[in-house]
Parts: sequence; structure tokens; C-alpha cells
Amino acid sequence: MGKRLSVSLRQAGPIPLDVEFTCGAGDVLAVFGPSGAGKTTILRSIAGLYRPTLARIDSDGQRWVDTSAGIFEPPHRRAVGFVFQEYALFPHLSVAGNVMAALGHRPRPERRARADQWLAQVHLAGYSDRRPQQLSGGERQRVALARALAREPAVLLLDEPFSAVDRPVRRRLQQEVDTLRRTLDMPLVLVTHDFDDVVRLATHLLVVEQGRAVASGPLRELTSRPDLSWLREAVGLGSVFDASVIRTHPSSGLVELAFDGGTLLAPHRQLAAGARVRLRVPAREVILATAEPTGLSLHNAVAGTVSAIHADPVFDQVIVQLAVGQVLLLAEVTSDAVRSLRVEVGRRLHALIKSVSIEVLAIHPE
Amino acid sequence: MDWTALRVSLFLGIGSVAVLLPVGIWCGRQLAVRDFRGKLLLEALVSVPLVLPPTVLGFYLLVMFGVRSPLGAAFQAIIGRSLAFSFEGLLLASAIANVPFVVQPIQRAFEAIPPDVRDAAACCGLSPWQRFFRIEAPLAWSGILTASVLTFAHTLGEFGVVLMVGGNLPGETRTLSIAIYDRVQAFDDSGAGVMAATLLVVAVTTLMMTTTLSRRMSVRRG
Repeated sequence: MGKRLSVSLRQAGPIPLDVEFTCGAGDVLAVFGPSGAGKTTILRSIAGLYRPTLARIDSDGQRWVDTSAGIFEPPHRRAVGFVFQEYALFPHLSVAGNVMAALGHRPRPERRARADQWLAQVHLAGYSDRRPQQLSGGERQRVALARALAREPAVLLLDEPFSAVDRPVRRRLQQEVDTLRRTLDMPLVLVTHDFDDVVRLATHLLVVEQGRAVASGPLRELTSRPDLSWLREAVGLGSVFDASVIRTHPSSGLVELAFDGGTLLAPHRQLAAGARVRLRVPAREVILATAEPTGLSLHNAVAGTVSAIHADPVFDQVIVQLAVGQVLLLAEVTSDAVRSLRVEVGRRLHALIKSVSIEVLAIHPE
Repeated sequence: MDWTALRVSLFLGIGSVAVLLPVGIWCGRQLAVRDFRGKLLLEALVSVPLVLPPTVLGFYLLVMFGVRSPLGAAFQAIIGRSLAFSFEGLLLASAIANVPFVVQPIQRAFEAIPPDVRDAAACCGLSPWQRFFRIEAPLAWSGILTASVLTFAHTLGEFGVVLMVGGNLPGETRTLSIAIYDRVQAFDDSGAGVMAATLLVVAVTTLMMTTTLSRRMSVRRG
């Protein structure tokens, strides 16, 4: 059990806070919520840039804050890597100089070589002598990431790291962060208001509203809960789970994906057999049937058992949770359909999913 | 040409910068990054010498430096001379008169550093002193330079405060500006002209140097 971060923050104002969570090495905890929900304040509290009224933060066996015991380590004595939303590079230093600023814990003669190594790791080899002003947004973000990692931190904090770059760069950066975190033995806390970041990167999710934790837990568990109306309104419900490619069908452009409970077909051209993927099945795209249908242009019909039903009183809709092997799928149906199909917990049903509606995310080629 | 007066002026200019800069950097930075009770009042106080007529400022300083005030009495007791009408008194008065010229540009310069950059420096593991010398001071450099030049130039030209606090003692408190006035009073227009031209040259040179320096810095920074 490597480095572990545990955080407990509480205060009534000026920014209300009431959260408690832990994050293990290799985990990516996404702190998700609308703008102004206090997400950044949580991150700043971990770094020591903000002092909440009541706080206790332990990292890698060290107590960083304990307001009840009067302990408060200033930011420069906490091993944190912080990637700021607007990069916050030092404009008067070169790219290498920026990274070297975080290498104070290493002997002076080593620093330049180490800075170059970190830059190579974020695919910026050869950029050492450039100035931050000469870089694109994506490149600046990579320098910021190299600088944060160069500190060899016990926890990596990312504040909306992709919000200032455009889509294609965003995808690439997301993928690089995902690759990096597999090699890093540290907890990673990611603040975002974009659910795309969450489904692509996170292993755990903390939903924050007005500084309060609305829901928290492993991503797979939370996204398969039928009762999170907040999440439903914000991004729509949909189970997120992992799968691997077992076969490709180049003629049809479809790939066959195996998950803990069966197989699914989804359109994707770039995947090879053996690749691990993350899937999201939106609840609105799932149709329930009492028998396996025939004569439909449908690739995916998986059998499962109803494990939970949540009737949303506000909408005239019902969220049905269906256990398909180890995976819990969600289906959003009308209350009328629930009556006519006699949906109840324990009933065997078929979930019909159009292959094009399956979102294939976060590809890690094996 | 009154060389002694030129020497007094230059010493006073350099001395004022030397005395004021550390105070101005500390005070300007505090005003820029801290939020505290009484900040508005302090900012107003810092600007007072800007709007107060120099003779009024000089009068209050003279009263403050007199042997009947605690400061004047203490100086007299320790050094054995009067603070008023001495170079030390003049230096202190000049420093006080120049507070806004130092604090304001430095405050603006520190305010221009994005808070995230300051925070990033802390998260890089830099101690407060390292943060100041390696990140903040280099970024606020142009403001510090402007402050120094403004103070130097302003001190060379100061008249009202100098006359009130320093009087007109050759080699002690007679600066070039006072000497010029003296020459004009004595109908020595050519003597006044030479000294006036000297001050003009010094002023233009300093401004050119500053512009060149700050332009070079901004080019390097892209």
C-alpha cells in the first residue's frame, strides 16, 4: 500500500466546505461539480494554499494539517505537485528553468539533467531553452505537468487541467495523463467541471455541490447507481465499466468487447485485439425487453436481472438497474413501461443497446 | 558651477534610493499581496506626500526634527547635533517625501504577478525567501527600477522640502536646485544656466538608461 492521501475539511464560510475522502496510490479521484462548488478550494487546501477552519490532511504517513492540534505545514514543506488551470509558468525562466525550480530537493549538479528527463517524459525533449511565451497552450500544460512531477510529490493535484486547450489537444493530454498515472505511484486528485474528464480518467468520483460531498465512491459503483438525480441532471446517467477487445471485424468496422458479464459490439476502427477500453452506456439508450427480440437491426442484447428500481418523483421516468454479470447497467424508461413489463427487482430482462450508442473511452493499448 | 552642491545632490539622490528601496519593496509587496484591516488608510497615507504642498510637508518635518520633538531630541542626545538643517535630516525628509514614488510602482509591479504564479512557486517547494528572490523580484524588476529612478530624479529636483528642512548650508544641505535659486537671486544667470543644464542632462540620461534597461528586459521575456 503506497502513498495514501486522506482529507477531511469542514467550515461554514466564507466558502462552505464539508468533505471527507481518501485516495490511494494509482487512484485518480475526480472532484466533480459545477463552477463555484468549492472544488478548487479543496485542492488548494490540500496544497496548503488555503486554510479551512477545520481540517485534517494526512499524506503518505505525514500529517500536513490538523487544526485541532494546531499543525499546519506551509505549502513549500508539503510534497505536492500542483498543475494550475492557467499553467502558472514562471515567465522569466526557460522551460528547463521552470522545471528546475521544482528540483530544489535534488543536488544542484543533477537538476538540469533531471529537468530534461521530465520534459522528455511529457514529450517536450528539445524544448528546454525555450520561453513559456513561445509555447502553445498544450505545450505549456505539459511543462506545468513536468514541473509538478519533478517535485517528486506524494500527491499530484490537477485543477481543471484541460479546460484551456481545444478538443484534440485535450484528448491527447488526457491520454498522456492516463498513461503517466499508471507509472506513478501516487494518488492523483483531478478537479473538473467536465464529465468527459471524469469518465476518461477517474477511478473514483467525488461529486461536490456548494462545498458539500453529494456522492463519493469508485466511479464504476457511482455511475451505476440509479438514484443520483444530481448526476442525471448534470450529465445524464450511464454506467461506466471496463472491457477488452477480443475480436475486430474490419469489414463491418465493429469490435467485439468482453466485459464482466458478456460481450458487446461497438463501432470502432482504431482498436486492436487485446486493447483495454472503458465503456459508457447511457441509460437513455438502453431498451428493456422481456424476451430476446428478432428481426431488429440490433447487435447487442444482453440478459440480466433487475437489481434496483428508482422512480424519480420529478420526472415521469424510472431508472432500472440491471445486473449483467458483474456489471450494473442502467436503463431510463417510462413508468408506463415499468407497469406493462411488470418490472420488479429479481425479474429477468433483456437490455437492448444500439452499438452506435456505446461510448468507447480511454483506450490503453496493451 | 557649484561642485559641492552637485555632490550633495547626488549623495542625497543615491542615499534616498538606498534608504527607501528596502522599505518600499517590503511595503509595496505587503500592499500588493496582503489584505489587512487599515489597508485603505495606509495606502492613503503613502500617497499624502504627492498631494501635500512641499512647503507644508517640509514644515511638519521641520517640527518633527526640532529638539522639542521626541525624534529631534533623541537624535541630538545620541549624535550630538541637530537633526534639522543637517544632511541626515535632509536625507530622512527626502526619503519621506519620496515614499509614494517608491511604494506605488513597486506595489503595481507585485500586483501584476498572477497569484497562481506565486502559489506555483510555493508548490515547487521554494521557501518564502527563495520565492521572493527567484520568482517575485525578477518579475517585479521593472517596477523596482522605475521606483529607483523616480526617487533619484525627484530628489535631485526637490526644492520646497529641502529649503524648509535643510536650509541652505554649503556642503551640508545646499543641493543643486537650491544653488540654482541662489545664483538667480544673485543675478548670476550664466552660473544658474550651467547648473540647470547639468540637471537636465542628468535627468535625460537617467530616463534613457531606464527605458533601455526595461526594454531589454521585456525583449528577453518575449
